[in-house]
Amino acid sequence: MAAGTPNTTPLLSVRDLIVRFYTLRGVVHALEGVSFDVGREQSIGLVGETGCGKSITARSVLRLIDPPGRIDGGSIAFQGRDLIQLPETEMRAIRGADISMIMQEPKMSLNPVMRIGDQVAETLLIHDKSLNRRTARAQALDMLASVSIPDPKRLARRYPHELSGGMAQRIMIAMMLVTRPKLLIADEPTSALDVTIQAQIIELMNALIDDIQSSVLMISHDLGVVAETCDRVIVMYAGQVAEAGDVETVMSDPQHPYTAALLKTLPDQVDADEPLYSIKGNVPSLLTPPTGCRFAPRCEHAMARCHNERPRAIPLTADHQVACFLHDAAPEPAAEPAAVPA
Amino acid sequence: MPDAATKALDTADMRRLRAQARKRYLHDSYVLWKRNPITVTGTLIIVFLVLVALFAPWLATHDPYDQILAQRLMPPSWDNLFGTDNLGRDIYSRVVHGARLTLMIAVLVAAISAPIGLLVGVLSGYLGGIVDEVLMRLSDIFLAFPKLILAIAFAAALGTGLENAIIAISIANWPGYARLVRAETLAIRNSDYIQAIQVLGASRTRIMLQHITPMCLSTLIVRVSLDMGAIILIAAGLGFLGLGAQPPSPEWGLMVSDGRNYLVDQWWVSTLPGFAILIVVLGFNLVGDGLRDILDPHQRQS
Repeated sequence: MAAGTPNTTPLLSVRDLIVRFYTLRGVVHALEGVSFDVGREQSIGLVGETGCGKSITARSVLRLIDPPGRIDGGSIAFQGRDLIQLPETEMRAIRGADISMIMQEPKMSLNPVMRIGDQVAETLLIHDKSLNRRTARAQALDMLASVSIPDPKRLARRYPHELSGGMAQRIMIAMMLVTRPKLLIADEPTSALDVTIQAQIIELMNALIDDIQSSVLMISHDLGVVAETCDRVIVMYAGQVAEAGDVETVMSDPQHPYTAALLKTLPDQVDADEPLYSIKGNVPSLLTPPTGCRFAPRCEHAMARCHNERPRAIPLTADHQVACFLHDAAPEPAAEPAAVPA
Repeated sequence: MPDAATKALDTADMRRLRAQARKRYLHDSYVLWKRNPITVTGTLIIVFLVLVALFAPWLATHDPYDQILAQRLMPPSWDNLFGTDNLGRDIYSRVVHGARLTLMIAVLVAAISAPIGLLVGVLSGYLGGIVDEVLMRLSDIFLAFPKLILAIAFAAALGTGLENAIIAISIANWPGYARLVRAETLAIRNSDYIQAIQVLGASRTRIMLQHITPMCLSTLIVRVSLDMGAIILIAAGLGFLGLGAQPPSPEWGLMVSDGRNYLVDQWWVSTLPGFAILIVVLGFNLVGDGLRDILDPHQRQS
């Protein structure tokens, strides 16, 4: 459980990221000023409700936002280079080689008419033009073996429809990690899978990531998975970061009302009779987001100020930030970043 | 070694099961084909056409170009099965040789227009934006005219001759394929596996060539085979108007045209080549309909 060392420059540093979708019904403010860091060999969990911008954040890092979506501001520094400014050809060299992404639906994410072995080899061929098909195939077989697939030789000749979901996700992991990327984005890698194999997949992913020493940005709405596998967690709400910090701190002592509410929604195994908790109200429309704090309309602690002003990230400790006025001791941000319990 | 034993059995089993599945699929196709007598008829007609084209020199009783002016416009008899035309040529032998021309035209037009349609469709569907606009508006211009009219216009502009007729029909034909492939591409481009390959850093060329084109092929092939009848009909039409094959080549449309003046008294000169066109086009259309049913997964349920 080695937490990332904060004094070296982070692997990925996202600052004030703004992504908007220019639809016919109006402008959707999908991300408004999202900032976070991913350190080397660190694993970060990105949690939040459906539609809060988790996947958009991930796709922005790969610069794969399709029109009508557009990155309208901010910076994404990866190993010191701003990905937003990079020409498309250089961006393409980074995709798959330095940053990879595992997707939700493993079976849908494989080309239905290509043999498994060829698909894994394809990743290598894309990034190393000097490689010939035969050596790429051999490397692909090695990779398939390392995602604990029995008899990889036989499996390499199969087509995706012949695989189970768990098997397909192993293949995806093999495809995405065969180039030893420095950052792996996992977009809900287990939500399409059976509960029984979720743990296996997570375990396998973590083992491989340890082995190739890459960082992970894990997107999930499963707080349990994040608690178990990540060092840090970022809680997002309606396109903004609500709270970010060490997993144990955030989970045991949430400082943002949204995080607290989110944790309360987890079914309590001790008190099985207690009715399930749900956060009142709905996620605001991102076409016309609330002017102040986006959580204010649903927040139990909302003050007048919350509806008018947008809270900025307030550092509670060096490693724990929360965007909430409850923690804004002084009106000006001159105050010491000392821990101020609510 | 119980482990190795079960594994070996597994592989053999898998192979057997797969062979069974393939057999089952072929058998089902055969049943569906056989169940519909119309499809069977169509298939037989096309098989017959291909055989005639292959063995034309052996099936013909006379030289198709041999003019015997003493025996002009003879009615059908045992000597001249379909009679003779205004230059004393044996119509039966000419129809048999004409099967080669007909088949060649159909195959060449498909071989020219399908790849063009595929290229335009994939480019337009995948790249979108201005490329899509330009290519699709261009295809709209072509689609605005009936195929036959367009083919006539191009054949006239390019000059008469069989080669030019084939080019003209191909020009009139590709926009339909481009539209079809574009629609297919649009459906595929948003699928998860295309996104996955994008995440892996594949270039647009690679995505289009390796991952989209193969997926469009099956639809396109079915469509082209459905179009064969129409292609033959247009080719015959051009021949009839004197814009396609030139005399003395035994092209069916041209032969129908040659007999126009004698239609009342010597009906066989025009009518018999006309029947050949009718039957072949009918055959292709019947097979096309049957093919659509056989490939339709809903039909397989029962």
